[in-house]
Amino acid sequence: MEVPILKQGAFLIATVQSALTDADLTGLRDAIVERVGRHRSRGVILDVTALDVMDSFATGTLRDIAHMTRLRGAQTVIVGIQPDVAYAMAHMGLTMEGITAALDLEEGLAHLSQGRPMSPHE
Amino acid sequence: MTELLTTGETRVRIDSDRAIVDARQRGRAIALKLGFSPGSATLVATSISELARNILLYAGEGEIGLQPLERLEGFGLAIHARDQGPGIADLDRALEDGYSTSGRLGLGLPGVRRLMDEFEINTNGGAGTTVRAVKWNR
Amino acid sequence: MAMIQTDAQPQTKPTQEKTAKLLRELVAHLRQNRTQLREEWLRRIFQAQLLTAMTREETFAEATSVYDSYVEALETRTLEALQAYAQKLSERIIPRGVETNEVVGIVLLLRDVLARSLFAKYQTEGHLLNDVLDAYEPAANSIAITVAVGFVRERERVIREQQEAIRELSTPVLQVRERLLILPIIGLIDPQRARQLTEQLLRGIRANRAKLVVIDITGVAAMDASVANHLVLTVESARLLGAKVIVTGLSPEIAQTLVNIGVDLGKMNTVGDLQGGIEEAERLLGYTVVLSSEGAQA
Repeated sequence: MEVPILKQGAFLIATVQSALTDADLTGLRDAIVERVGRHRSRGVILDVTALDVMDSFATGTLRDIAHMTRLRGAQTVIVGIQPDVAYAMAHMGLTMEGITAALDLEEGLAHLSQGRPMSPHE
Repeated sequence: MTELLTTGETRVRIDSDRAIVDARQRGRAIALKLGFSPGSATLVATSISELARNILLYAGEGEIGLQPLERLEGFGLAIHARDQGPGIADLDRALEDGYSTSGRLGLGLPGVRRLMDEFEINTNGGAGTTVRAVKWNR
Repeated sequence: MAMIQTDAQPQTKPTQEKTAKLLRELVAHLRQNRTQLREEWLRRIFQAQLLTAMTREETFAEATSVYDSYVEALETRTLEALQAYAQKLSERIIPRGVETNEVVGIVLLLRDVLARSLFAKYQTEGHLLNDVLDAYEPAANSIAITVAVGFVRERERVIREQQEAIRELSTPVLQVRERLLILPIIGLIDPQRARQLTEQLLRGIRANRAKLVVIDITGVAAMDASVANHLVLTVESARLLGAKVIVTGLSPEIAQTLVNIGVDLGKMNTVGDLQGGIEEAERLLGYTVVLSSEGAQA
């Protein structure tokens, strides 16, 4: 299942369309990292509105994406986590520490556009 | 409390990536049909996802069983994750946060234990592993 | 598929096959005599003054469906259809004010009426009568339990929904400023209420696109480890929706409880009172450059 990745200026926007298998997630990670390198993007928005489950593997992969893009000079923001999914993740202990989450695409873009200096705690 | 009535167990073979997604989607559907709230159904689906992945990672294949339960105080759903793999060598450590032999975020089993109301593991090196996790609607 | 339990001890009881054959005979008998058995049952229902909330016509109609479902369950020896039927029946009659004892009562009366009919039919056939009852009784009991449990479950579901509705009314999530929500928590928090509050808050964050939430716990009756843990869980869930949480009303005693159970207060943005919390939130919202996530502690 290919996740469409759109380029919007200095940012990339990846929008998940449906449930992702583990292989899909790994593929997405690699695709994003490659594109960030290729376009020298400053930011990535990963829209997970369509995901009805986020387990430890999905969270770990998102963490990988955030780390790897940071190494290439880009900040990643996860948007669209569903309330039920957020609750399950917190309940489980998957807090995605160090990863920035915003409510939706608009918030995510606002966050990236503010040009905040990136600290290690992001 | 004794369980008075049961309907049959739905079994999903776990032998691929795709099967993990199938198992959790079916689990969600069954949970909703039984009467769980969407929030609880998400907890169930997330647990199934973790357990199914463990099967795939450590045993290569196995099955997830989904068994509706009933008792006078309410209803529930039992998830059975069964495999014939090498078993979990160090159970205590596997249930610790952060422990993982496969290099991934080791939160699968302790996470499931937090989400579900009942949780037990039977592992017998060589004779496979069965994890039973139950969510009640109360 | 759910199977109706039948005893199967080869030495003194009939075999499964024999039981199946007997049940088929029973079912045929119950179908043939449907009209008068149903009449007898209805007579007993009225005599016992059950289902008084329903009219005679309604009782007759429901009795007919129950009778047919009962016999069908005996025939197919599975409970699925009966469970589904019991669910629908309960949905219909609960709003009419029918009580649990009435439902259990009428099912047991039906069981008795049918049992007596079987007794009358087979009483001259001694040994066969025993086999017939051995086949019938466990099946009839399973059916009674299925209907009763179905009814009780539906009733409890209705009560739960009503309680949730009351809870929702009693703890509104307030939007006082744009992008800012306030959740004042008052009274006792049990696990159900805690879960419901969090779900409400998260839905509210999404619906109002809130960036800041002030949770005021001044009115919380008792703060124990489980409530404290749930508070932490709420803060973390909200963060995943892009919202920061400020907790206000934290007395020194409660702060101590939280520290004792290992809560990292540094993770929580805490301010003394609600007013202070709102001011802090507005301050945070007023900045054009958003502060880093370490937040401010007062």
